[in-house]
Amino acid sequence: MERSDEWVRVERTSAFRELRQKRKAFILPATIFFLVFYFGLPFLTAFTTVLDVNVIGAINLAYVYAFAQFAMTWILMHLYVGRANRWDDLVDRARHEAAEDDESGRTGGTGGSE
Amino acid sequence: MSDRAISIIFFVLIIALTLGITVWASRQNKSTSDHYVAGGAIKGWQNGLAISGDYLSAASFLGIAGAISLTGFSGFYLSIGFLVAYLVVLLLVAEPLRNLGKYTLADMLASRFNKSSVRSAAALSTIAISMFYMIAQLNGAGALIELLLGINYTLSVIVIGILMTVYIVAGGMVATTWIQIVKAVLLIAGTLALSVLVLAQPSIGFNPVNLFNEVDSQIGADMVVPPPPAGLVAGLDVISLNIALVLGTAGLPHILIRFLTVPDAKTARSSIVTATWIIGLFYLLTPVLGYGAALFVGQDAIAAQNPAGNTAAPQLAEALGGPIFFAFISAVAFATIVAVVAGLVVAASSAFAHDFYSNVIRGGNASEQEQFRAARLTAVGISVAAILLAIPAASLNVAFLVALAFAVAASANVPVILLTIFWKRFNTTGAVMGILVGLFSCIILIILSPNVMTGPNPEPPLTPIIPIDPIFPFVYPALFSVPLGFLGCYLGTLLGGGGAEREREQGLQVSYDEIYVRSLTGISNIEQEIQESTPQEEPRTT
Repeated sequence: MERSDEWVRVERTSAFRELRQKRKAFILPATIFFLVFYFGLPFLTAFTTVLDVNVIGAINLAYVYAFAQFAMTWILMHLYVGRANRWDDLVDRARHEAAEDDESGRTGGTGGSE
Repeated sequence: MSDRAISIIFFVLIIALTLGITVWASRQNKSTSDHYVAGGAIKGWQNGLAISGDYLSAASFLGIAGAISLTGFSGFYLSIGFLVAYLVVLLLVAEPLRNLGKYTLADMLASRFNKSSVRSAAALSTIAISMFYMIAQLNGAGALIELLLGINYTLSVIVIGILMTVYIVAGGMVATTWIQIVKAVLLIAGTLALSVLVLAQPSIGFNPVNLFNEVDSQIGADMVVPPPPAGLVAGLDVISLNIALVLGTAGLPHILIRFLTVPDAKTARSSIVTATWIIGLFYLLTPVLGYGAALFVGQDAIAAQNPAGNTAAPQLAEALGGPIFFAFISAVAFATIVAVVAGLVVAASSAFAHDFYSNVIRGGNASEQEQFRAARLTAVGISVAAILLAIPAASLNVAFLVALAFAVAASANVPVILLTIFWKRFNTTGAVMGILVGLFSCIILIILSPNVMTGPNPEPPLTPIIPIDPIFPFVYPALFSVPLGFLGCYLGTLLGGGGAEREREQGLQVSYDEIYVRSLTGISNIEQEIQESTPQEEPRTT
């Protein structure tokens, strides 16, 4: 009971709520985007010939799409890591808020019924 | 000096270098923590290089170059999928896994589910995936060394098997990590040098567009455009392959274990950034190697040497750089294989010794020393098993076996990992059933597929294995086995009754709040972390 309270306390901090909200707001759309973008290539090449168009010399649209997946991976990765490194501050804040909450809870407890 | 003598000198140098690292590392391999995860003290860039080393296996260096040299665009799917997979790893899996796990994948599952059946199932799938992967690497190594040094396949497999056992038993994760780092640097240097040689050819003139033009005009347009649509089954097979590629990495035990070798989430993140750049640049060069081999070695010469094209890269090195460069590239390929196999043995032996022996058989009461001995003994056992299985697999294709290992990982591990992190109602029965359904449906579909049920007269280069016409028409099983893995998790959870709530009351499961908070923050013990920043060895005792 006491142990699970500890997690609930972290979960209740405003910093944790902010962290959860920010992660979700980035990761959900980002995941949907990269999965759709990724599976777009095999779908288009396996069922249609729309990508068989030369763009630069013999390099066709399928290869351009393929190279774009490399760029997409690197860009998305840096967008995420940049954010995630900032979110670490929220983790620290959540930790401190929970600890303070704990302190006040404990002093409140001793000063009250005991 | 003969070409073969040069090759032998390079091989001896590579072996001496890796053994030297092992001897150095063995002095630091003192505890189970060192053995499994290098004491959790590997730096970000080191770990990034080591992830690249673990990931860029024989299938990447030999297999993809070969596939592109013989089939063109469709070989490039492997490069794209293997890279984009890192987004799944980074965005969804890496940090929660790091925050919840200790030594192995099963630790992460066990942080939520307090039951030995979950550990056993996770250990089983880890060993199965590592075995598939290992057989592929040993198979590639055997073919390569047979070709280069004239030692026969069986003997080559045995020699590599013994070498890797020495690395692991003596050096553990510290040695494995450093071997991966050295190998990653060698592999990248070799690939860059080989690519520069291709681009420096007069007909290319350092313009990559000319490479595509040359292939288009000399070999044929079908080498550059994707294969034309060939009906529903063939089309869905392409999708199925891509599902396995993009999800599989997030379930590969020897890659996941790498996130536990670093001290914190920030370092885990930065190691993925390093790895993704290295791996991406490497895969970006695979068309240069593949098309280069097709142009300057010739498709007939490649196929004559190895029907699957597995020796295209070394052959290209010989054609453009002469015997010394050929020996260097071959030695790099050899180091690649030894290093990857070593990483796999660590993952598989940790799963067995830590999850099965220590936590299930001994009920968590094995001493550090007993565990350490068990881990080393299992490493020997697993190596022997892999050698024995790789010998009859001589006729199978390297990249194909690795793609299947990815399919098994995507089906057995990925659904359970994702649902453990993200699904509140998930329970013990669901976790066990998810792993088992994913694992066995994938393996059974492989057996029923044209890969194994080849029919009496398969198209070359395939050799008949089971002379019955395939029952399952798809080459790649992931399109079906991954959803089956998720379905297993879902139905198991329903069958388990009561769901997570009741299991929590019975003490079978840790509250999802705790898992959720810990997976997002890495906070394991608040009060203690406030007082001192040194984390506890075993933070959770319930």
